[in-house]
Amino acid sequence: MRVRHGPKIVLAAVGLLVVGCTSPDGGGGSARTGESIVIGAGSEPENLNPILGYAPDGAAKVFDGLVARDAKLQLVPALAEQVPTASADGLVWTAKLREGTRFSDGTTLSAQDVVFTFKSVLDPGTNSTIASRLDALADVTAPDDRTVEFRLRHPYAPFAQQLALGVVPRKAFDGVDVNSAPFNSAPIGTGPYTVAEWRKGDRMVLKANESYWGGAPAVKTVTVVFVADDNARATRMAAGEFDGTVLPPKLANAYRDRDGYRLVRNPSADYRGLGLPSELPLTSDPRVRLAINLGVDRQAMIDTVLAGAGKPAATPISPHLADWYEQGAVFRHDPAEAARLLDEAGWRAGADGKRSRDGQAARLPVLYPAPDVLRKELALATASDIARLGIDAPVEATTFEVMLQRQREAASVWGGGDPYDPDTAAYTLLHSRYAGQSGYVNMSLYRNPTVDAALDTGRRSLDTATRKQAYADFQRAYTADPGWVFLVFLDHTYVLRDRWTGQEQQVEPHDHGLVHAVWWNLERWTPKP
Amino acid sequence: MTAPARRRRGRAIGLLALRRLGFAVPVLLLVSFALFALAKASPFDPIERYFGVRIIGASPERIARIRENWGVDRPVVEQYLAWLRHAVAGDFGDSLSLRQPVSEVIGDRMGWTVLLVSAGFALALLLGLLLGTVAAWFAGGWLDRAITATSYTLEAAPVFWLGLAALYVFALQLRWLPGGGLTDAGEALGVGQVATHIVLPMSVLAISQAPWFVLFVRQNLLESFSQDHVVGARSRGLSDRRVVLGHALRTSLLPFLTLVGARLPELITGALLVETVFSWPGIARATVDAALNVDFALMGALTVLATAVVLLGNLIADVLYALADPRVGLDG
Repeated sequence: MRVRHGPKIVLAAVGLLVVGCTSPDGGGGSARTGESIVIGAGSEPENLNPILGYAPDGAAKVFDGLVARDAKLQLVPALAEQVPTASADGLVWTAKLREGTRFSDGTTLSAQDVVFTFKSVLDPGTNSTIASRLDALADVTAPDDRTVEFRLRHPYAPFAQQLALGVVPRKAFDGVDVNSAPFNSAPIGTGPYTVAEWRKGDRMVLKANESYWGGAPAVKTVTVVFVADDNARATRMAAGEFDGTVLPPKLANAYRDRDGYRLVRNPSADYRGLGLPSELPLTSDPRVRLAINLGVDRQAMIDTVLAGAGKPAATPISPHLADWYEQGAVFRHDPAEAARLLDEAGWRAGADGKRSRDGQAARLPVLYPAPDVLRKELALATASDIARLGIDAPVEATTFEVMLQRQREAASVWGGGDPYDPDTAAYTLLHSRYAGQSGYVNMSLYRNPTVDAALDTGRRSLDTATRKQAYADFQRAYTADPGWVFLVFLDHTYVLRDRWTGQEQQVEPHDHGLVHAVWWNLERWTPKP
Repeated sequence: MTAPARRRRGRAIGLLALRRLGFAVPVLLLVSFALFALAKASPFDPIERYFGVRIIGASPERIARIRENWGVDRPVVEQYLAWLRHAVAGDFGDSLSLRQPVSEVIGDRMGWTVLLVSAGFALALLLGLLLGTVAAWFAGGWLDRAITATSYTLEAAPVFWLGLAALYVFALQLRWLPGGGLTDAGEALGVGQVATHIVLPMSVLAISQAPWFVLFVRQNLLESFSQDHVVGARSRGLSDRRVVLGHALRTSLLPFLTLVGARLPELITGALLVETVFSWPGIARATVDAALNVDFALMGALTVLATAVVLLGNLIADVLYALADPRVGLDG
């Protein structure tokens, strides 16, 4: 084996060495012109079918929704002529399609395709991971070829946010099961790119859609290489194989002042937080929950665990959401006040500094999902802050399932969040109607009537001023009686070769693979001369 | 051996193969059922894996609906029988985690793993025979000590670590070889591309497996040096070369076959880690995904496949054994 391939290998190695000396790209000739880009991605999509859950918030590259988002996260028309609006009672949303849009296979987009897309998501036989987002939707119809009508069960103000979902051609699913259709790995859309090749587990190649309705992209070829391991990805980025990649802050910081590279740090609404069990005797007292929030040093966690890449969190509403964020709803770090509150609640410190009440020791187990290194570090930091208050806080590695099973007696590190609307970030997480339901909703069994009322008003009212007031009320009511210790909003960090213009910062959701992230508007990038 | 004796031997080997194949059926059934039972007891929930980050906030009714679509809450025996009915007909169903028919998942990836594993294995065997013989030949000398010490060190070194180290040295510092994948970005799939890209993963796999073979060959050779036929050959005044290669090595190769069979599962584990580090698009990574996602269809198919490979490997080892040494019995 060795002997037979020997000369060839040496030749190839010498060849690579020569390439390595003459151009630092290593990635082939065309990469230098900026017409093609190689992205190192940390995760690979399971499929590329919007019905099953691919890219429900737009920026889907291969697909367009009825609407899209600009850098400020404002909805802008995409396949629809205007951003759809609701009828006066808030129950019917009408979208008028742009004329003459074609799918990459040449067929014309019709309202029936939109109807098919949304009906398939709702179809109980479809294993869609995003069906819950459309719970308000009762029916979709197409009065004519260019008009789509969405009928809702109840008024739902943020409904237009759900219309960024990519539209698929219904013909591609004639007589096939959506759950395992060939379409899922070889999709057809209206988007700025088409999938030229997807070698599962290795790479995906996207080619520019030259007849894209929004204008052909200047970056013609996008190669996405899937490398799950952070260290392997960092090494291959350093070897010049990639033009850009996502890296944990500590690894990304190596590029801070490197010539020809940019270190990009994007803000997000991606929170990590500790859900406090409101049925555990210790944390059933709002004063104790408030004390824990005051006793945790969020800035120290950001400085050490996140290498500075994050913002302190108080509620699930990110401070980057200027429209909705309530400035006053924050927790300062005040261990003295925390101790006072604990004393007041009857949990007094003994000679050893450990608190107890009526002979019962103060104890709060802290759980995190074992494979997640970041959550582990946050769990340890939080638990040590809690222990400093005199509460015994043992940390346990476990699974999401166990975290859910023990929601009545243990605190767990959860994560999530999107920056689009406060409703999606907060409603299922904190509304009492979800307390005690099975599944990953209101995991801390939080109950607060003021919070419920504010969340309901915010969801149902179509008036922006009323909604703003409702979410301000919500944040104030929640911080007076916190059910979680929201810890941080993560910044997502990327390293990018400085060869393109057109990047715009957008606040990112929890999800940030190929879809969102720094390349969310890749189709509008242009190579630098 | 006379002609009739050879024919009898041939028939016996044929019977052995048949008996083993017959035996394979209950083994496969047992292993696949055990897998279903184990998966059932797994702390992971396939639905939660399927939803990923979207599980937060997903409505309980939707989750219950998909549970029902998949039938994951039905008794394990019922699920197993349903799977078996399809499997016997050659249809392994759809992979839930990858949203693709299982046959496609395996078809896409199997070839790359077979290529990587067979190349790595061949290289490991070659290294084992070569270095093991050299070490035994110069037993006690500095070369022997160097080879033995390196082998012990490598035995203890995690494959993952070896892979990252190789990546750092050859792809980052020296830039001799590409760091992963099947081809350079933007290059078409071709023999030349794959040949350069396989060098690092194949070598890491080989180097992680070779120590066992090196030490085994060395030990066996040293033992056989004191056996009658070798001592006899020496006393007849044959050259060192004839004695070691012609007499001692040949007899110590027999148990080597057994070791080859025994190392097979280890090799597959190694391949998994190598595939992860070098983004090699093989089946090993899909296997881990299937297990973590409690993806019954994919896991079942892969287990049956892996079991079949091990059974077949053992059968081939036994047949080779029988062919190489007429004294070996064929009863079991």
